[in-house]
Amino acid sequence: MADSPIAVEQHSPALQHHFADMEQQRQASSLGMWLFLATEVMFFGGMFCAYLIYRYWYFPEFAAASKSLDITLGTVNTAVLICSSLTVVMAVRAAQLGKRQAQVIYLALTLILGLAFLGVKAIEWTSKFKGHHVPGASFNFEGTIPSHPDQPVDQRHAQIFFSLYFAMTGMHALHMVIGVGIFSYLLYYAWKGRYTPDYHTPLENSGLYWHFVDIIWIYLFPLLYLIDRKK
Amino acid sequence: MATATITAERETYLNQEFGIKSWLLTTDHKRIALLYLLSITFFFFIGGFFALLIRLELLTPAGDLVQADTYNKLFTMHGQVMVFFFLIPSIPAVLGNFLVPLMVGARDLAFPRINLLSWYLYIIAGIMMLHCMLTGGVDTGWTFYTPFSTAFSNTKVIEAGLAIFVSGFSSILTGLNFVVTIHRMRAPGMTWSRLPLFIWSHYATSIIQLLGTPVIAVTLVLVVLERAFHLGIFDPTRGGDPLLFQHLFWFYSHPAVYIMILPAMGVVSEIVPCFSRKRIFGYQFVAMSSIAIAVFGFLVWAHHMFVAGMSIYAALIFSMLSYLVAVPSAIKVFNWTATMYKGSIIFSTPMLYAFGFIGLFTMGGLTGLFLAALGIDVHVTDTYFVIAHFHYIMVGGAVMGYLGGMHFWWPKISGRMYPESWGRLAALIVFIGFNLTFFPQFILGYLGMPRRYWQYPPEFQVLNVLSTAGSTILAVGYLLPMVYFLWSMRYGKVAEANPWGASGLEWTTPSPPPTFNFDHTPVVDWEAYDYEHIPVPEEARVGG
Amino acid sequence: MSEHIISTGTYIAIWLTLLVLTGLTAGIAFIDLGPFNTIVALVIATFKALLVALIFMHVRYTSEKMVKVVVISALFFLLLLLGLSLADYTTRLL
Repeated sequence: MADSPIAVEQHSPALQHHFADMEQQRQASSLGMWLFLATEVMFFGGMFCAYLIYRYWYFPEFAAASKSLDITLGTVNTAVLICSSLTVVMAVRAAQLGKRQAQVIYLALTLILGLAFLGVKAIEWTSKFKGHHVPGASFNFEGTIPSHPDQPVDQRHAQIFFSLYFAMTGMHALHMVIGVGIFSYLLYYAWKGRYTPDYHTPLENSGLYWHFVDIIWIYLFPLLYLIDRKK
Repeated sequence: MATATITAERETYLNQEFGIKSWLLTTDHKRIALLYLLSITFFFFIGGFFALLIRLELLTPAGDLVQADTYNKLFTMHGQVMVFFFLIPSIPAVLGNFLVPLMVGARDLAFPRINLLSWYLYIIAGIMMLHCMLTGGVDTGWTFYTPFSTAFSNTKVIEAGLAIFVSGFSSILTGLNFVVTIHRMRAPGMTWSRLPLFIWSHYATSIIQLLGTPVIAVTLVLVVLERAFHLGIFDPTRGGDPLLFQHLFWFYSHPAVYIMILPAMGVVSEIVPCFSRKRIFGYQFVAMSSIAIAVFGFLVWAHHMFVAGMSIYAALIFSMLSYLVAVPSAIKVFNWTATMYKGSIIFSTPMLYAFGFIGLFTMGGLTGLFLAALGIDVHVTDTYFVIAHFHYIMVGGAVMGYLGGMHFWWPKISGRMYPESWGRLAALIVFIGFNLTFFPQFILGYLGMPRRYWQYPPEFQVLNVLSTAGSTILAVGYLLPMVYFLWSMRYGKVAEANPWGASGLEWTTPSPPPTFNFDHTPVVDWEAYDYEHIPVPEEARVGG
Repeated sequence: MSEHIISTGTYIAIWLTLLVLTGLTAGIAFIDLGPFNTIVALVIATFKALLVALIFMHVRYTSEKMVKVVVISALFFLLLLLGLSLADYTTRLL
């Protein structure tokens, strides 16, 4: 380690000077991002906790409400996010191999897929608004309990499902929007050639964030859309 | 002593650059620590102001100073400001920010810009909270219980909730910075077992900040959404469960109390060996007990909900776990005491605060065990017994730890010695004022006076008057350091690098430190608390 | 993150597996497995999450121990929140 703060040595222009070397900087940034993701686990975890408890209490209405969600759109969106995770890892790989153009293409694809996800979400939400499934004064749920069609549906319990549906998918969508912002930034700097085999930490760490948001959706999909679809 | 030339002054973090921009755009952890010092002191006085109003109202049994609704706002805002804008940041954001890089031998924290961001988030949150208070305030209690907060309160719940949400991110970022710094930026030779216990306690605190704060963040989001869109997640008339809010709230807010106390314990672990001239007894145990407190602290939250309607079987589990969490804290108290045994005690101001901490924290902690027993809790929950319990820990413990730490490291931070006699006088005034304020509250609670009540039966008046009298004495004790610290910056004796003869890397660099902390990266080849080999400087021999 | 460069082939294989599992999850939802529907759905979701975490997020290939510690800690505390809360809800009316 350098003995003097003014030692002259060759180092990457990306080195921040409170670090001894790029490896220390890279490890610190990586650990920082993983710790941040741990906080996100707990953040979403609070909502999963609320969901768990009300599903336990109001299973029939949760099942009915879940059935009213569009399973095709939900499955498509899950696939879209999985594809976007692929394009993210391919972008990082391109940076590791020094391929600037490939980076740009994969980052652009990621952005397109992310926006596609948000677009599908907008369609789903619009149909919920039109169908009076938004909690509030105009809430009116007309579904039936799967396997017990003559059991009356408690509107309040169904409303709790939709409160959680909007809170959870909304929070997830907000994270997607932030992700789209981050990746736009990355796309610009990748195009300018900033990310090289020696330095692509922002790409890696942003990729971790993106994959995490994907994992949240991987759980949201069965929990929200697939509660009870058996014929 | 700096060998200065005729025109050049030694470069320190204070004189390296002047001007408001150099402070507001700084990324130097030491300057950020001072920015925090100013801000949290400001909020301490705001919170203290509300406390004074509360104590004034409680001088008489009748509700005659303010109206009941106003009183609800007073105790709410006292709690919110003190918890979120003073206690939680205090030691980590001021002393932690200043000392963590110095103690591990680094030039700054891992993410200096995120450190500055964390201060700005705190300031934004503070401005939001101030605005909320000035435009009507909140009356839900600092605990925001639903459905009152979501459906019935006519006060600015959303604004207060959002302010605390933002302050939570400030806390998370501080914790993140500390964990990464401690893992990745220790100087060569600074192994985990050579780290000062202050670092271990801040590491444990950071774990709680990282894993607990997000839960209250999302809970506040849900409260805001519920209030704004009339959802019903926490509203029993709409199928919701108020206890769900309490579970989510206390999942953070119980570990939060360990965020408030662990750093103070770290301070005490530095002060006691120094002024006993002895290595800390049981280093491993003290270090591991910090981690244990952080982990066990997450297992006990529902002891705040024993009478709320939760399952009695779950209550039993939480009661037993609450007993468990007392063990690591007790281990620390035993170790500090054993450190002092056969040591050469120096009764300096920091040491007086450390004594105060050990005694008062122990009392607060033991009364926590009373509360953890279901049978007793039924009688004393929501009474002044609880209030006395947590003030013994938060004020008798955390605030004393903070003050002790400020005195101990003041020479390092400012380059000046504070006046020792005034320091010890203020410590004594604080101790007397504190006990007079809060001991009567144990009795009041035991006798049945409920908390958050703006009027009370006349037979409680004497104890209330004693408590209020104590609070004015306590206020004097808090004002004194403000005055003499400021005085010392101009007129105080210039401090050496190591005026106390303390161990730790922060004492090997000049007072105040240069901007990059060390002229050469330290290489550590000695164990922590190496007091056999450190002589006591003359000026540290105070009235011992 | 280690400098281990994972092959395109591995990434494609994981991607295809994830897509197949997604379809499977959706498909199985229509089959009556009683209480096992939920369990199967969550098991598949967990498997998918593991693939993303271990391979895409490089947890399997990293030389940094702390990454695994952080992930396991986060999961542990999440389970604590879920588990101990449920301990209240499932025993209330006993």
